[in-house]
Amino acid sequence: MLELRGVAKKFGGLPALQPTDLEVTAGRTTVLIGPSGCGKSTLLRLMIGLIEPDAGSVRFEGEAFAPENVLALRRRMGYVIQDGGLFPHLTARENVGLMVGHLGWDEQRIAARLAELVELTHFPEDGLERYPVQLSGGQRQRVSLMRALMLDPALLLLDEPLGALDPMVRAELQTELRRIFRTLGKGVVLVTHDMGEAGFFGDEIVLMREGRIVQQGEFADFLQRPAEPFVTQFVNAQRSPLEGREDV
Amino acid sequence: MKWIGWCLLWLCIAGGVGAEGPIVKVGSKKFTESVVVGELLAHLASSSGAEVAHHKEMGGTRILWNALLSGDIDIYPEYTGTITQEILAGKGIAGLPQIRQALAEQGIGMSLPLGFNNTYAIGIKEELAVRLDIAKISDLARHPELRFGFGNEFMERGDGWPGLRDRYGLPQREVRGLDHDLAYRGLQSGDIDAMDLYSTDAEIKHYNLRALVDDQGYFPEYLVLLIYRQDLNDRAPQALAAMHKLEGQIPETEMVSMNARAKLDKVPAAQVAGDFLRTRLGIGVQVRHEGLLYRLWQRTGEHLLLVGVSLFAAMLVAVPLGVLAARRPRLGQVLLGGVGIVQTIPALALLVVMIPFLGIGVPSALAALFLYSLLPIVRNTYTGLSDIALPIRESAEALGLPPGARLRLIEMPLAARSILGGIKTAAVINVGFATLGALIAAGGYGQPILTGIRLDDLGLILEGAIPAAVLALLMQGVFELVERAIVPKGLRLEPEGDAA
Repeated sequence: MLELRGVAKKFGGLPALQPTDLEVTAGRTTVLIGPSGCGKSTLLRLMIGLIEPDAGSVRFEGEAFAPENVLALRRRMGYVIQDGGLFPHLTARENVGLMVGHLGWDEQRIAARLAELVELTHFPEDGLERYPVQLSGGQRQRVSLMRALMLDPALLLLDEPLGALDPMVRAELQTELRRIFRTLGKGVVLVTHDMGEAGFFGDEIVLMREGRIVQQGEFADFLQRPAEPFVTQFVNAQRSPLEGREDV
Repeated sequence: MKWIGWCLLWLCIAGGVGAEGPIVKVGSKKFTESVVVGELLAHLASSSGAEVAHHKEMGGTRILWNALLSGDIDIYPEYTGTITQEILAGKGIAGLPQIRQALAEQGIGMSLPLGFNNTYAIGIKEELAVRLDIAKISDLARHPELRFGFGNEFMERGDGWPGLRDRYGLPQREVRGLDHDLAYRGLQSGDIDAMDLYSTDAEIKHYNLRALVDDQGYFPEYLVLLIYRQDLNDRAPQALAAMHKLEGQIPETEMVSMNARAKLDKVPAAQVAGDFLRTRLGIGVQVRHEGLLYRLWQRTGEHLLLVGVSLFAAMLVAVPLGVLAARRPRLGQVLLGGVGIVQTIPALALLVVMIPFLGIGVPSALAALFLYSLLPIVRNTYTGLSDIALPIRESAEALGLPPGARLRLIEMPLAARSILGGIKTAAVINVGFATLGALIAAGGYGQPILTGIRLDDLGLILEGAIPAAVLALLMQGVFELVERAIVPKGLRLEPEGDAA
């Protein structure tokens, strides 16, 4: 459904992304992983047209990004970033309803859709009238997810959605997110730097380093068939410190 | 919305005037004698049935002359010396017939002299004059030890100290330049022995000074006379004729005592002028006494008009400019630089620059205030928009909101506090700056301040300064309320405890 061909990007003369091919399939979760500065967030922002590639093309359901259709294409995707990116001057309800309000949905339709999403994300009903600053980190991510899902997009893009949460909330939300992804059956691209999280979510894992894809495949492939020594290094560096202890 | 009310009020006042007789606009300079003569003219014209506006205490010769040429005023008192040395300088004009002809070429008529000659003189204390037996300027040559203190203008003018020294061969070495009003005090305390005087200065009598005889006829004549637009003769012949009654009627002693009453006894200039007309010319005039409250009410109206209209116009222009600057960084630097440069122009200069285009009075003052208001608003709009965090801006973009909706729904509300802060700064600066509007006859709190400075009357200065300060504080308060109404609630909340 999303197809990147030879996409490359430079920032201030320095390559952030080497020419890269990647395909995202509907109904599957693709995880982009790698160390900081490897180009995974750049790749995600190229997918939703927040930045334009210097070379190559991005096609969504057969349509190439162009100034005329970029708004329409973005509305068929949902985008969630670390800590939510919620608009601080709007309540949770207003954040979620902003785009559809602009599109002219009537209140009934908005309320009905919002009710579905509250149900799906297990967001407390009374939290809808609160401002972002009055919500916890986990609640903010739920609001952000509802906002992204409001227009029922075909593809969901998430940039380290759980990065700013403490471990307990994070674990809880990981489980919920996977449940939601499975319920919805949409295409999902998720950026993380945590190999455990990648294994937990990813039908397909894409490991990146210095602006290029090092290896792409299922979690087992990374353990059993590493494409180069860096893959093993990266996987090992991410192992739980508990694993080495004999008393565990 | 207050400004709308003031605009309407102003329109009503402006519209109400001129319903009856012809309109005569009198001007005067910002020193007492000119204001008193201006009041004489105003009384006379109004006794002939004309509607009179007296723009008093205007900023200086150039401003009045240009206002006369452009028709912002119809008539004002001027001195022959100033006409030949300043207005028509360098044309080698001397004598009344030549002056009359040169003025006529510019469409300006002139009356006969009103009587007194307010020229330069050299003054020493009477007691010293008696002791050293000095009566004439040439007597000074015998006393090289005397210390002189001259006004800065007199020190530099061609017809001032340099020429005087050469003409009379004065040997004095200790000659200082200082402010005219301070020179009187220096003379009093004995720091200086002689100073330059204007021969009708009220202080001559007050400080018991002797004006030395200009025995070689060095100083040019500064005869006061009326200069007016020739079309006044067609528009208001009766008023002009009435004002001409002053010709030859004000001897030097009369002018000195009128100056003394106005300046030293603090009698309002209108009252001084009215008394003179009654006793000297037998013309009874109505002198209107305006109570403090009435004056305050009027000044407040004028001041609010200046501040309100200029601020509102500046908001309409500066906020979009700030948005443009934030959207186009390179153009933004040019814009911010441009409005910054406007801010560096001295206030009086900016006012004077406006006059050729907009005339004296409210329009010029509004334009200058408008320009001064731009910088804080443009800058704060720019800063407020630029400071919005990238994740927030990208989230709005990723939603698929078009640029206009992003600006309206996300960016402007988030920048609201900063933009309002800029408007608040501009408003407070404007309240202070608008007091200068009085220099070009725009009224406001600056009028009593100018009069107060002229008369050395702290009470009058405070009558303008205190309301201006109060208004500035009120503005601040009003904007705090507006901020509470406009800045979104979500931005004013403090984070609560983590309620995960």
